[in-house]
Amino acid sequence: MARSRKWLWWVAIGGPLVAFAIWALATNERLFLVTLLNGLTLGALYFIVASGFTLVFGLMRNVNLAHGSLYLLGGYVGFIVAERTEWWLPAVAAGIAAAALVGLAMQVAIFRRMPGEDLRQTMVTIGLSIVIADLLLWTFGAQVHQMDPPAWLAQPLRGLPLIGAYSSYRLSLLPLGIGIGVLLWLFLNRTRVGMMIRAGVDDRGMLAASGVNVNLVFAITFAIGAGLAGFGGVIGAVELSMVPGEDTRLLLASLVVVIVGGMGSVVGAAVGAAILGLAETFGLAYAPTYSVVFTFLILVLVLAFRPRGILGRPG
Amino acid sequence: MSAANWRKAMNSGAGRIAMGAARPTVGFPTAPASIDDVVAEGDASVSRWLRLLLQHVRARHVAVLAFLLVFPWIASPFFTFQIGAQSLALGIIALSLAFLAGYGGMISLAQMTVAGIAGYLVAIFGTSGTPEISLGWPWWIAVPLAIAIATVCGTLIGWLSVRTEGIYTIMITLAIGVAFHYLALQNYSVFNGFQGLQKVYPPVLLELDWRSPMPFFYLCLFFALGAYLLVKYVNRSPFGIALQGIRDNPRRMNALGFAVTGHRVAAYAFAGVIAAVGGVLFTWYNGLITPGSVGTSSLINILVIAVLGGMRHPIGPFLGAIVFVLLQNFAIDLFDRERFNLVIGGVFLAIVLFSPDGLIGLWARFANRFAAARAQSSPVARNAVAGGSSQR
Amino acid sequence: MTQGKRMFVRTLVGAAVAATLGFAGGAAAQETIKIGLLATLEGPFAAGGQDGMRGAELAVKQRNGTVAGKKIEIIKASSDAKPEVAVNATRKLVEQDKVQIMVGPLSGSEGIAVKDYAKTQPNITFINGSSGAQATTLVNPATNFYRFNTDGAQWMVGLGKAALDKGYKRMMVIAEDYAFPYSQVQGFMTEYCKLGGKVPLKAWVPLGGKDYASVIARVPKDVDALLVVLGGADAVNFLNQYEQAGGDKPIVGGSITVSQDVLNYRGKKRESLLGTLSAGPVADAYDAPEWKQFVADYKANFKDGYPSPSLFAFVYYLNMKAALDGLDAVKGDLSGGQAKYREALSKLTLKTPTGDVKLDENRQAIGTTFVTEVAKDAQGGFYNKVVKKTDNVNQMLGQSKAEFQIGSRDVPNCP
Repeated sequence: MARSRKWLWWVAIGGPLVAFAIWALATNERLFLVTLLNGLTLGALYFIVASGFTLVFGLMRNVNLAHGSLYLLGGYVGFIVAERTEWWLPAVAAGIAAAALVGLAMQVAIFRRMPGEDLRQTMVTIGLSIVIADLLLWTFGAQVHQMDPPAWLAQPLRGLPLIGAYSSYRLSLLPLGIGIGVLLWLFLNRTRVGMMIRAGVDDRGMLAASGVNVNLVFAITFAIGAGLAGFGGVIGAVELSMVPGEDTRLLLASLVVVIVGGMGSVVGAAVGAAILGLAETFGLAYAPTYSVVFTFLILVLVLAFRPRGILGRPG
Repeated sequence: MSAANWRKAMNSGAGRIAMGAARPTVGFPTAPASIDDVVAEGDASVSRWLRLLLQHVRARHVAVLAFLLVFPWIASPFFTFQIGAQSLALGIIALSLAFLAGYGGMISLAQMTVAGIAGYLVAIFGTSGTPEISLGWPWWIAVPLAIAIATVCGTLIGWLSVRTEGIYTIMITLAIGVAFHYLALQNYSVFNGFQGLQKVYPPVLLELDWRSPMPFFYLCLFFALGAYLLVKYVNRSPFGIALQGIRDNPRRMNALGFAVTGHRVAAYAFAGVIAAVGGVLFTWYNGLITPGSVGTSSLINILVIAVLGGMRHPIGPFLGAIVFVLLQNFAIDLFDRERFNLVIGGVFLAIVLFSPDGLIGLWARFANRFAAARAQSSPVARNAVAGGSSQR
Repeated sequence: MTQGKRMFVRTLVGAAVAATLGFAGGAAAQETIKIGLLATLEGPFAAGGQDGMRGAELAVKQRNGTVAGKKIEIIKASSDAKPEVAVNATRKLVEQDKVQIMVGPLSGSEGIAVKDYAKTQPNITFINGSSGAQATTLVNPATNFYRFNTDGAQWMVGLGKAALDKGYKRMMVIAEDYAFPYSQVQGFMTEYCKLGGKVPLKAWVPLGGKDYASVIARVPKDVDALLVVLGGADAVNFLNQYEQAGGDKPIVGGSITVSQDVLNYRGKKRESLLGTLSAGPVADAYDAPEWKQFVADYKANFKDGYPSPSLFAFVYYLNMKAALDGLDAVKGDLSGGQAKYREALSKLTLKTPTGDVKLDENRQAIGTTFVTEVAKDAQGGFYNKVVKKTDNVNQMLGQSKAEFQIGSRDVPNCP
């Protein structure tokens, strides 16, 4: 794209946003800053969940629509462990492990048997999501499961400039999301397995031809992707509570993040998650009945002008 | 490929099919008749159509049609209305998805969204229980307008989805569908939010209340037949064949000079019309439209119905709809209604894993096995088996 | 191929036979009266629906499953809070299973849709489950639809005054965006505004929205308390997020905001909930002997239930009890289009664990409302204790028909 056109895009989109920000700051600066933080922290949660989704999709071309069910599974398992042991860290580990194991099982038992049939794999994930969601409903019932944050994050942070008080747990999501993002980047760019995954995203056939055990790489990737969903589930169990129906909500958030940010790109997932989180919270704060319209509009604009997402790469 | 080979290819089976002369073997195994002679004979178009009709219509078609026409007379009003009419309306919507997926290779989860848009528009343009929103226009303005606008929406959704590879279509259409659900849920001025629009009924015409079981069943049957025949016709038309070619190898079709994106968007438009008609009928069946009608589970249910029945033949979605509606209604008598989702998900999973062609595929395999048994004795039957088993 | 065709035709015949059997199905024996029971057993209100079924079953158990010498057969159906699913389930119960009396549904929008369906079945009597939307009996009521529970607005009578008594002169309303919370807010604000209270801001949040951070950020500094009308999971979420965000304004809850299913969520009990005012048709700690007997019966019959019956259990119990009491009054005579039965229902004075219930001219209940406060019992469990009891609350909330307006997003208003 010519440089001048790129500048035009930045101005067209950035201009109204900056104007809005100035207006909001002038009228109610506390609301604006709190909403900004809310959006970024929500985006962090979305990023953690969506990064797993985009990792699996980027490498294996598998649209894992059971991703939300893995989120729910991780959250419930984490809740049970937290209740029994009264510790937060084992709960997180248990949630990640449970989701990763199920993901691994899915890859090895089912998806490996239908290599290359992308649409069929996706339909299998749809069926699995319905089955897993109902099994979880059967086991855990329809009651609300609200997990507690670790004790050192339970109290709100008071005395912040301009904002007053803010939930310290929620604030901690931001460095957590950034940390996960950095870890993922390091994993993909500085380890052997990461290198193989990146190569596989570019050219699956070549990866297999060069003698790499592709099945192993796929299994590891799926386990990591599922584990990230489970991790998101444990975090979400504290912030948003676990209830049947959360799986579809987080799945859709992941879908929108990946579509907007770019399919198969982790940095894209970060960008998409930030955009989605901010759009949702600002919409809810300033125009509650139209908040969904903003998300819709962003989705449609991206699909119309950049069908692969903002940072997407041709498949 | 050399020019001579190309010419031979265009003049042989594949080319003749593209010219609409022969029938492709898709779906049920068919008898190996030589249609060219029949076509060559008839000069007058009337007798030619009559011969084509007699050629295509089989005893099973007549039997099923007769059964459907007689059904309201032999079954209870409950079965006619809740099972029969609902299956037909759902089947029409699922047919639009099966057309796009089976013949176009694009699995669009937004067909129920298009149907829901048509339903909402019929309620908004016509009469409903919310006079502040409904405009109260007569049905002969409201219904065609609703279907037209819903088709435009379906085309737009298609245009947004087709510029990427097929695998993304599911994601994009699901996201668009759910975004519309939230829009309908949160908007009060147009969609009346969570409450939705109640009392959306078909008009009272010719002194018949079209929502009473028998007339409504025939109404749905009429449109279901129309949609079925239309899809069958389009599948054999040059457009339909080109679409199937695009499904199999878009790059080659592009090289041959077909406008790939244009064909795909046109397919979405066609499917949009069918889905819109099904949506109006389904809304009239329920007598109301709410955001729940276009929610995630409703979107996925249509996919389940289409896959259940099989997407290789237009009768599949209707079979799937019948099974789905029967399960939905009688599951509570057989086992816990609460576990209905588990059963549906399990059945769907089983079908995708073991019989991707759905019930039709199971049926065809079943029939083939028996035909194979008989084929030992008859060479004609052996040919039929060979022809039928060439289906994918 | 002929074999296949034969197979096909045979299957068709089989299906036709099945359909005809469907037509003939369900011939009831003369000694049994069939009652259909519909509750939400899937989706967001599933926990409430389960308890509702328990309440209805308790009413049947108390009569040992027979009324006037006839056996009562309960046929259950489930919905997922979607009106079309509720209507389909009701239609199946009425037309296929041939129930004579229908009890249900659970949620507000389902109630309106079932009421519309009831008009097409004049020979069946429909009794409400727990749906509490005002419009069900106020707008186009059906002559065969009876509601023996008070509606969402009636459940809030007395709360406005109690809030003012505690010093909450300015309040912000945070409620879900659908019919039931509208009715609750209307019931609260009618009284509150009349007595001088002010509501400067109303925030309507989408149903099932989980992230309340933005709404919490909008809470103005100068309000004294928040009226929170959220149910189930949303209530739990909100309460937690509010506390974590450092919110310290007292909360006044709607009828399902601090009910048993919310107070008993799996997770640490929040001490900040103690002292929360609320109102509704039940109070866990009401000390009348009938209520205590009811709670004891509930606990004895349902080991897997809550520590105390929830609002859903109680309301379903009321309606099923009314159905059975009516049957008893006419000795099980449902002939003549159930005319005698309907008359008996209209005139019935229902004896309930919380007082008497009568019907008004729209077949809507006139009943009792409690104002409650959350307290902790000796074992550390949370429950609702009674602050005030108001009898004979009618649907107009004591206003004349001219001044009464059904609750919506903008009505009533007193900024």
